[in-house]
Amino acid sequence: MDNVAVLDGELIIDEGPKSKSLWRHAFDTLLKDKVAVISFIVVSIYALLAILTATGMLAADWAKEVGSSYSPPSAEHIFGTDIFGRSVLAKALVGTKIAMSIGIVTATISVVIGVFLGAIAGYFGGKTDEVIVWFYTTFSSVPDIMLLIAITLILGKGLFAVYLALGLTSWVTVCRLVRGEVIRHKDREYVQAASAIGGSHFRRLFIHILPNIGHIMIINFTLLFQTAIKSEVILAYLGLSVQDAPSWGKMIDDSKLELARGVWWQLVAATLFMFGIVLAFNLVGDAVRDALDPKLKGK
Amino acid sequence: MNIYIYIIRRLAYLIPVLLGVCLIIFLLFNVVAGDPTAVLLGKHPTAKQMAELRHELGIDKPMVYQYLDIVKSAFTFDFGRSWATKQQISSMLKRGALPSLTVSVPAFVLATILAISISLLVAYFRGKFIDKAVVFVCVMLMSISSLVYILFGQWALAYHLGVFEIAGYDEGFPNFIPYVLLPILIWVVISVGPDVRFYRTVMLDEIYQDYVRTARAKGVGEKMILFKHVLKNAMIPIVTFVIIRIPFLILGALLIESFFSIPGLGGITLKAINNNDFPVIKAMTVLSAVAYMVFSVVTDVVYTVVDPRVRLK
Repeated sequence: MDNVAVLDGELIIDEGPKSKSLWRHAFDTLLKDKVAVISFIVVSIYALLAILTATGMLAADWAKEVGSSYSPPSAEHIFGTDIFGRSVLAKALVGTKIAMSIGIVTATISVVIGVFLGAIAGYFGGKTDEVIVWFYTTFSSVPDIMLLIAITLILGKGLFAVYLALGLTSWVTVCRLVRGEVIRHKDREYVQAASAIGGSHFRRLFIHILPNIGHIMIINFTLLFQTAIKSEVILAYLGLSVQDAPSWGKMIDDSKLELARGVWWQLVAATLFMFGIVLAFNLVGDAVRDALDPKLKGK
Repeated sequence: MNIYIYIIRRLAYLIPVLLGVCLIIFLLFNVVAGDPTAVLLGKHPTAKQMAELRHELGIDKPMVYQYLDIVKSAFTFDFGRSWATKQQISSMLKRGALPSLTVSVPAFVLATILAISISLLVAYFRGKFIDKAVVFVCVMLMSISSLVYILFGQWALAYHLGVFEIAGYDEGFPNFIPYVLLPILIWVVISVGPDVRFYRTVMLDEIYQDYVRTARAKGVGEKMILFKHVLKNAMIPIVTFVIIRIPFLILGALLIESFFSIPGLGGITLKAINNNDFPVIKAMTVLSAVAYMVFSVVTDVVYTVVDPRVRLK
């Protein structure tokens, strides 16, 4: 706190040019990183496409027959048509909406569960910690794919099941990381100070400690986001993905029968769309990690 | 603390975890998934038929006994019979293990050697163009779904160009080789991206350590530093990373095996999933959980043995 001075009972805060907060520093670093800026723009474009599709301004009539079955890419339909003569581009746009929603919802579910359990385990220690550690050790011992299948079997097939299945299987890493960080932080001076002025456990944990480990949440969010989009493909292959709309996974899965007939455009369209967002999210994640992780500073 | 006491303690801790795993399996497949007899008996089962089948499957027992059956199977590896094929599951698993290993072991060894070599090279040129290019290519490789690699590889290299077998398998030593080449190649391509990134981080973590600076100050050459100092210390995370992946090798690769019709455990699992063959799914879950748990203990023990800095707690 060397930028705060108390003079004659008056609080004077010296906002010198040199002392930047971690977040300010991170933001400045990110702006200088060209790859990060471009990736961020790409992510925004995808988000925009997803919103336009969700509101019906784009690809609203994706289910309409627009040409003959399996017509190859042309000026009219740049990614050709599928078996029912539907535009592959429109399907990929609907897929964008689905993929973005899967990414956001799943990553949010796992970050919330992981942070909540991890923070409580790390902060309270003792029996609470033991139970939560037992819980996530148990959970991580069961292969993800089995849990995914079991959850979709129980909930039935559909988007909701995909959200929950992917969200409930990917929180363990976040939980483990957050628990470790909270243990490192909980005896630090700023937490003791908060405790001395009468801060409750809740306040100390969620108002004081969590903002200090916010970078873990952001980094893992970007990681979970793109992993979820990739995992949806596996679910689609198992026939457990969205049922009444085209997801990228379903498009890729469909193409396993099309390739032998020389129909490659559905595979290429879905792969390209997925490639763009996953690559962008990967690069954004890397850049955010480089900018936010204090351990990497100066390397 | 003595290493043996440590091992015993870690093994003892497996018991609550194993009970927990069995509880999850029990809850998912015996409680929530519902009565399977209606599905198994087809359209119009009589109440008597259903009751008989329930008895045969052991799901008319009290819940506690059904749970204990799962716990017992984790120790005896007796999983009963498959609903779909009526075969003894333990013998199905025995038959499936070898084909899985013929793909996974060479693929894993190749991928690991390749990834470590590339990461050493990249660590040598850290911060330079080669480093950035390799990392970028890795991220690009990781941005494509593994299903796409399999579909495209099978179509382009086997179906279109005819370099490899499209699918199939043959028992016996030299006979299986032509069938596993393409699956191995695809496995290596899929795993090289994430692996290189992991190993690169491990190498870079070491390269900024003080002992490296000391070695450099003493005039040790950069290559010597990399191979003798960095690699040796990096072996600790590398070894643990490799060991924890061994159980997944036994399980095989779900997608690769099913696409190339390799009769391994991954293929068996996928078939069971498609047929709602609960006993096989449960068996594979128990088996992989046990393997994962045992190898995580092995990892920790190896970790403490090879790294004198780690203190037992």
